[in-house]
Amino acid sequence: MVRVELPAHLRALAHVKGEVTVQVAGTVCILSVLDALEAKYPMLEGTIRDHGTRQRRPFLRFFVCAEDWSHDPLDKPLPEAVAQGKEPLLVVGAIAGG
Amino acid sequence: MSGVRVLVGTKKGAFILTSDGKREKWDVSGPHFAGWEMYHLKGSPVDPNRIYASQTSGWFGQIIQRSDDGGKTWFQPGTPPGETTGPGGQPKGESNKFVYDTSRETGAPLTTHQFYDGTQHPWEFKRVWHLEPSLSDPDMVYAGVEDAALFRSTNGGKTWEELSGLRGHGTGPNWQPGAGGMCLHSILLDPGDAKRVFIAISAAGAFRSDDGGKRWKPINKGLKSLYIPNPEAEVGHCVHHIAQARQKPEMLYMQKHWDVMRSLDAGETWTEVSGNLPTDFGFVIDVNAHEPETIYVVPIKSDGEHYPPDGKLRVYRSKAGGNEWEELTKGLPQANCYVNVLRDAMAVDSLDKCGVYFGTTGGQVYCSPDAGDSWAPIVHHLPAVYSVEVQTLD
Repeated sequence: MVRVELPAHLRALAHVKGEVTVQVAGTVCILSVLDALEAKYPMLEGTIRDHGTRQRRPFLRFFVCAEDWSHDPLDKPLPEAVAQGKEPLLVVGAIAGG
Repeated sequence: MSGVRVLVGTKKGAFILTSDGKREKWDVSGPHFAGWEMYHLKGSPVDPNRIYASQTSGWFGQIIQRSDDGGKTWFQPGTPPGETTGPGGQPKGESNKFVYDTSRETGAPLTTHQFYDGTQHPWEFKRVWHLEPSLSDPDMVYAGVEDAALFRSTNGGKTWEELSGLRGHGTGPNWQPGAGGMCLHSILLDPGDAKRVFIAISAAGAFRSDDGGKRWKPINKGLKSLYIPNPEAEVGHCVHHIAQARQKPEMLYMQKHWDVMRSLDAGETWTEVSGNLPTDFGFVIDVNAHEPETIYVVPIKSDGEHYPPDGKLRVYRSKAGGNEWEELTKGLPQANCYVNVLRDAMAVDSLDKCGVYFGTTGGQVYCSPDAGDSWAPIVHHLPAVYSVEVQTLD
């Protein structure tokens, strides 16, 4: 199971508390994790990546094992630590606004 | 006993204010959707317990929320909490999906508009500014969005389809964003003609459809705007809001970037009625529910100074359809007041006397239970108010 940490507003939309876990078939990459996440919590569709373009929303970032993966290819395999559930994929809202 | 329910959208959540017909004592519920920008909430005229809400965020995009119990509980249409699919088997998340129509079958609508610097720019969906429920069907609701387009749902907000004839009629390259973005902010459904719809866009102007939203025509004759190359152009005008007289649907009023305007022929022609207003810049305009020639505006100093002249918050009322205005100050702050009243932040109820409501960027929501003669704050310290709507309840 892959662990995903969501911003508080998205946890509220998904009616969950704390981390969520998703089962990912095949290669574990950000793309497959997002697909699994949206399949399990479809109310999140459109909130992390745009409905039309399917691109990451500009005010969201992906952090993996203390590194910024926001601009890496979405199909790049995630580290084993994430694939095995030892480390979470962090979906983080940009520090902006008020 | 009759009462009112005031739906308030703010920068950091929604609030619901309820009172009996006296409109003196209020219950306040909220914040709903705390921390989110709530651009607009509006109830169905057919089923007052059905309320649609636009929840939006620069981080997470657009969410549509619906309540079927008068705002006590909410859900994303098609996605009840705890269920994996909606009652109709709809995939979840579709209620948030606003995708512009680019199909050849429906006219291949335009793909660019004018940007601030005059260059052409592709349409990019940002948020829903205004939701307008149908006058006859609680499952039908229109959405005015930024970048400007009109969408419609016929299944209670589960899915949305663009009425692409609006963007497709040929003037799109001359539309441009105002400071708030290129938004479709006003939607008026004609109570006397089910196929007639009016909309307004900042900065494009007003448009009318007479066939239920398939085809559209600009209705801006008489408008003069000095910030576009041809001040009397067919489109390009920064219309801030339009309102309709309920008893005389062909009678429309407009608060433009500058100028207050009136039309007596369903928008075919407009005449300026700013008259003796201290300034004719402003955002809101509304019409008394019982008197089609009694209208309300809140003058704002200028396009560069978005607050009331002289630090005095004054509503101006005309009982003659404009031109002759009286200032209404009783109960409103008359010193050191530098708030704004945004375009969707005024509403009227249909009680006798007509109640008038408005919200400010300082977080106050005011009510006048006597058609404007006197005012009292319902709440003082909400986040900046984006929108105010009121439901009159039996």
